[in-house]
Amino acid sequence: MTKDMTKDILQVIRNPKVTFNQRLKDMAKIAENSVELVRYTEKSREYFENGAMMDMFEGKTPYRTRYCVPDFELFLKQGSKFLMLEPPKDIWEAVGNLLCLYHNIPADGGLPVYIGCLDRLLEPFVRDEAEAEKAIRFLLVHVDRTISNAFCHADLSPEDTRAGRIILKLTKEMQRPCPNMTVMYREDMPRDYLMAALDTAMTAAKPSFANDVLYRRDMGDYAVVSCYNVLPIGGCGLTLVRLNMNQLPKLAKDPEDLLNRVIPDAVTAVCDAIDSRCEFIIEDCHYYENTFLYQEGLIKKDKEHMIGMFGFVGLAECVNKIMKLQDPGERFGHGAAADLYAEKVMKKMKEEIEKRPCKYGKYGLHAQVGVMEDSSLTPGGRIPIGEEPELPYQITNFIRMHRDCDAGCGELFPFEKTAQHNPQYLADILKGAFSQGARYLSFYGADSDLVRVTGYLVKKSDIERFDREQMTLNEATVNGSGASKNLHLLDRKVRGEEE
Amino acid sequence: MRKESGDSVVSCSAWTGGKEDIGKEMRAPVNKIIPFSAVDGYGNRTAVFFQGCNQNCLYCHNPETIQECIHCGACVTTCPAGALSLSDAGRVVYDISKCCNCDTCLKTCTNNASPRIRHMTSKELLEEIRAYLPFIDGVTASGGECSLRSDFLTEFFERIKKEKKTAYMDTNGQIPLWDKKELLAVLDKTMIDLKAGTEEDHRKLTGMGLENPVENIRRMAAIGKLYEIRTVVVPDVVDNARTVALGASLIADVPDVRYKLIKFRHYGVRSEYAGIKEPSDAVMEELRELAAAKGVKNIVVT
Ligand code: SF4
Ligand code: SF4
Ligand code: SF4
Repeated sequence: MTKDMTKDILQVIRNPKVTFNQRLKDMAKIAENSVELVRYTEKSREYFENGAMMDMFEGKTPYRTRYCVPDFELFLKQGSKFLMLEPPKDIWEAVGNLLCLYHNIPADGGLPVYIGCLDRLLEPFVRDEAEAEKAIRFLLVHVDRTISNAFCHADLSPEDTRAGRIILKLTKEMQRPCPNMTVMYREDMPRDYLMAALDTAMTAAKPSFANDVLYRRDMGDYAVVSCYNVLPIGGCGLTLVRLNMNQLPKLAKDPEDLLNRVIPDAVTAVCDAIDSRCEFIIEDCHYYENTFLYQEGLIKKDKEHMIGMFGFVGLAECVNKIMKLQDPGERFGHGAAADLYAEKVMKKMKEEIEKRPCKYGKYGLHAQVGVMEDSSLTPGGRIPIGEEPELPYQITNFIRMHRDCDAGCGELFPFEKTAQHNPQYLADILKGAFSQGARYLSFYGADSDLVRVTGYLVKKSDIERFDREQMTLNEATVNGSGASKNLHLLDRKVRGEEE
Repeated sequence: MRKESGDSVVSCSAWTGGKEDIGKEMRAPVNKIIPFSAVDGYGNRTAVFFQGCNQNCLYCHNPETIQECIHCGACVTTCPAGALSLSDAGRVVYDISKCCNCDTCLKTCTNNASPRIRHMTSKELLEEIRAYLPFIDGVTASGGECSLRSDFLTEFFERIKKEKKTAYMDTNGQIPLWDKKELLAVLDKTMIDLKAGTEEDHRKLTGMGLENPVENIRRMAAIGKLYEIRTVVVPDVVDNARTVALGASLIADVPDVRYKLIKFRHYGVRSEYAGIKEPSDAVMEELRELAAAKGVKNIVVT
């Protein structure tokens, strides 16, 4: 965004890389950002200016919530007066009604980040399986082509259902990024169904897995939406204000000062900003009163259902900087002192958030994964790419740093293709990680010919030789999109075979 | 059962479990531990690689695990990180905290050994892997040849069973397992190599006979302790169809045992054997069909 609105408008109008719908949205963003009506506190302004806080490009004049999570189950039960829809009687009507609602969700971006716990919604309508598959395929294709946004998220329950099986099968077959997908994992879920989900995950890089017990404890009936955000069903994530923790060391004298003075100060800045934005959305725009979702009970305006998302990134950079850690053995994710301090920082942050009365609803802590513009900034409390320790220690660290992330967090693990012959391998890791308190895990299969096929070791020198050969092969084809380049996503350590 | 030239490999008194050990704590030379492995048996496993082998396969992917170090000192001089030194007693001492994993020592050694070995007790080994236990189904002992350490493994596996985890062995089958009662009592499954289908091929490839691997496969299958057999397919060196035919005949009637057919690959192979061809997908497919035709239900080609 430049200062010159005409220039911005021309740029949007002429941008050859976007679709018409995207152009329309970009134009709306310019209009929205041309006025600034949110009343921020001094503290918030200070943190916007020093770079330690950002509004996630949500816009200067928010007239809708960031995320909206309607109660689709209720919607299917009662139909909708506003949309002139009767409760569905068969799977085609159910799919049709859902699609109507998807296109009428008042949230940032104008597209749903959540399309429901699909198996639970559709199972009651599955009579003939072939017919059901046709209808579900129709739904998934429609969502992929019209919403076409990897932030759009579908959930699956832990129950083994015909609808769930069909969704997994189609997901594996279609290999499309939209919708993203999460299975609500429980230790007692049917093994066979878990295996089917893992099998799909290894081919399609989804579903991911959420720790149902933990999130249910924190959020009640919850949904995983967008990028691992967790919100109550029938609720809204009103806004997400992000703390850039990598910027905190410059505001602090030493580690103690950061912990005891800067963290409380920063929490005030972020919570103030959340309150200010919520105030605008709720009081100035009358968001709830202006949507039929509220009038028909599909979203609720009460304490439990209005979440102000407190996001954070760069815990690793924060700790390494303030403790001046260079030695790889001492840095965040490796050194005991660094990890202990990091844990204290997270605890302190949670305490401060809890102490503070929330003006609307409640605050939820969310480990944010980053935006395109970030560089040298690690998502949430993760360990930086390229510095990951052995997988067990990486998982343990992830658990420790994200204990209080009730509004979601995620960690991605790439796995060698050989793990595909062995879905139980992932099942063991999931079970272990979740029993230890992990909240969320995603897996994806990494392609590599250097396989530890069986019974032998892989030497580092072999990997290097292999990498050299691969590099010459891949140079032309590596996808150098902004996000992957800036964040070294391509350097992520491949799991399953590593030393 | 050990071959002549291999005797030096297995002569270290610290781990043979022989008479000279009585009263002392048993130790075994550990080359490496892979915390999470998807390819060493059922589910997620911690794989422990022991140093020393009683075969000498032409295509061995880890020739540096075959022999025990003779402390000649050559690698001490070439190590760029100062991770290796010679003790007053003339033994190579390895400092894991300094090692940068450059593998220079492995390239230096002309004895098919590695100086990066830790001689560990079963208790130390368990403590080393304790953090992995929640995430794994169990452990797999591999090598080199882990059955050379059967007394040590008995002790180690007893500890593993107390942790309610499973114990697997990945073996070349040269040491008879069937009369090792104490080991069998704490061992869940074996994975046994079948490297060739005739005595002649087997000797040519491994330096050892075929009889014991075959007998081990039979006996372990009979008592339900066989997880899979494995054949590395190497064109031109052995008659792969005969190997697979033999392997299939051994396990076709045993439910659940899997046949893993592994494409030979060049990684890590000694340079003098780097000329061996990698088999094509078509060859692998033919062998899969052969095993299937002989009645094997669970076949993995990798
Ligand atoms: S049995 Fe295994 S470790 Fe031993 S020489 Fe043969 S391939 Fe190498
Ligand atoms: S790999 Fe070998 S040569 Fe290289 S640093 Fe380690 S001990 Fe030294
Ligand atoms: S590892 Fe090899 S080179 Fe090094 S001391 Fe032992 S025998 Fe010699």
